[in-house]
Amino acid sequence: MANSYLKYESKKLATWYFTFAAIIFGAQLLFGLVAAIQYVMPSFMFEVVDFSVARMIHINALVVWMVFAMFGSVYWLLPDETGIETVGIGLGKFLFWAFAAAIVVVVLVYLFIQVGPADETSIWFIHEGREYIEAPRWADFAIVVVALGFVANLYMTGMKGNRSGIVTVLMADMIAFAGLYLAGMFWTDNISIDQFWWWWVIHLWVEATWEVFVGSIAAYGLITMIGAHRKVVEMWLWIEVSMLFGSGILGLGHHYFWIGTPEYWWEIGALFSALEPLPLVAMFIHVLYDWGKMQGQEDAKGLEQSVITNKPAFTWFVLNAFGNFLGAGIWGFFHTLPQVNLYTHGTQFTSAHGHLAFFGAYATILIGMMYMAVQGKNGIKVMNNTKSTIWATSMIVGGVLGMTMALTVAGYADFIVSRAQWGATWEGYFAGQSTIWLIQGMNWRVIMGVITFIGFFFLVKDLLSIGKAAHHVR
Amino acid sequence: MLWLTFDTIPQITMGSDADLENGVTKRVPGPTVINYKITYEMDKKRHHEVPVIGGANAEGRSSFQEKEKFFGRDDWSEEEAGELLHLGKLASQTKNCMNCHTLLGNGAYYAPDLTKAWLDPAWGPNGPMQAMTGKNTKEEAMAEFLQFPSQYPTHARMMPNLGITAEEAKGLVAFLKHMSSIDTNGFPRNFGKIEGAVNGK
Repeated sequence: MANSYLKYESKKLATWYFTFAAIIFGAQLLFGLVAAIQYVMPSFMFEVVDFSVARMIHINALVVWMVFAMFGSVYWLLPDETGIETVGIGLGKFLFWAFAAAIVVVVLVYLFIQVGPADETSIWFIHEGREYIEAPRWADFAIVVVALGFVANLYMTGMKGNRSGIVTVLMADMIAFAGLYLAGMFWTDNISIDQFWWWWVIHLWVEATWEVFVGSIAAYGLITMIGAHRKVVEMWLWIEVSMLFGSGILGLGHHYFWIGTPEYWWEIGALFSALEPLPLVAMFIHVLYDWGKMQGQEDAKGLEQSVITNKPAFTWFVLNAFGNFLGAGIWGFFHTLPQVNLYTHGTQFTSAHGHLAFFGAYATILIGMMYMAVQGKNGIKVMNNTKSTIWATSMIVGGVLGMTMALTVAGYADFIVSRAQWGATWEGYFAGQSTIWLIQGMNWRVIMGVITFIGFFFLVKDLLSIGKAAHHVR
Repeated sequence: MLWLTFDTIPQITMGSDADLENGVTKRVPGPTVINYKITYEMDKKRHHEVPVIGGANAEGRSSFQEKEKFFGRDDWSEEEAGELLHLGKLASQTKNCMNCHTLLGNGAYYAPDLTKAWLDPAWGPNGPMQAMTGKNTKEEAMAEFLQFPSQYPTHARMMPNLGITAEEAKGLVAFLKHMSSIDTNGFPRNFGKIEGAVNGK
């Protein structure tokens, strides 16, 4: 890194995390594409890489690249927030290599061994076959160790340096993040209990700890990119955190409608999950509003106004606010009420929501953080868009929106035919799958997936080359 | 949240053989439920379908009377049935069922929802699957299909061969039968309506 402007080791480590995250992001898209093609051409890679394997890698890669990018984001912002170098930087580097190596081994096993006999050794060494947390048990323990090491670094640095509101929120959040993973690690023959705890990892991770995490990152981004006042941002961060914990934790109820749990979850789930989308949008809109107001006041006094110092990153941060609201909020709310969910649960509707929500709420802001790292690494004061930035952003966003639309249309056919008409039987399922709406929806999903994938290559090209462009302010 | 968890967990804890014999309804019955006939009927009070174990009594609730042979026996002991269920649950995970199928409504949507698969008319006495596999009972037909999926293609989207052994298949079918007896608050709605499964007719 001859041209590196990074003073802190922590920031260098962050760039490692971002690089590995980008690679896994590519793997996620690749295997998503394989799975999408299998919907329209069922014989594609049949009994070589079956849908189950492709999808497992698709969703696991999603989780892993996001976790990597999250760790990277924290290592990136820690020196700025605390004013000191991350304390256990050697430990951080070691854990990075250990984690990355473990991931590679796990993926190779998924790809080449795929299934084992129905005994404990398969659970320990191949996969656990539980959606999103398929990691074999040895890897579960490795993940816990890595997470604890990361949390230790965060705490040691936070205690020693200047502890800002953002760091404090992250410290609380990451403890919950690491702790919740434990809920998904034990065995039971009772599938209702299994899924009860499984949702603690899946829902409470994603809709509580990840959302709070995004709030902290958004706060950091707004302060560094547009010079928003820390007081305003942190006030909103605290309000948001309390709202998120208020709504997100009991919003868990919307997963407890049909897994054998008591009926009172209907009301709890419906109410609190409906409240979930509010906090993040509120923070973003209010910070922008306050920022605009202050700009106006400063302008009136003839003072210098702040500018957006990283245009690509800011674009992704704005996309995050809207993507979160659309994907997690609107598409989630679509089918969160039990009366609707009874029919739409577990149909293509769910995958439409899943695609837009994960992308809108998390992928966007993490890509934004990658641009922040590129800016810092190249010592750029004001980073502008390049042609690749525009292509990457429009193709990825357009592709994901297109996939969401296609899956939503497919979802309607799916739930009206398979569920409402046929009552979810085997025959009804295939009747739904062969409707023209679903078939065309799946075709469009592949097309949009390809567009997203091409957009990804523009993104990689841009991240690697944007720093060298001459039109930035240095 | 904690309070709700403390309330929910006991409610979804698995019942025992004694519960079934004494006619105690549990949201998740014990493994020996495989000895009983299971149907899925409209509950007038709750306004949705519930699993009915061992035939319905006058109020339409489980009477725990009617037995049904499972692989030729209706006297699986608590231990035997438990072992079968354990094996089936293990197999459902090691064979990665959830990344194509949907279980209790969760999972992938590439293949049919298995929540009430045991009650699916397709596997019933007049359904196409028994005839196709040449077996006389639902459980044998299911087990045969699981072991040799490529011999019985039902759709262009086929189930791959996952190396499921005869014993594992038996466990998986027990797992499916047990899952169909879980009270899922009426999900999936109107299961098997076309065949008239509503109200058992």
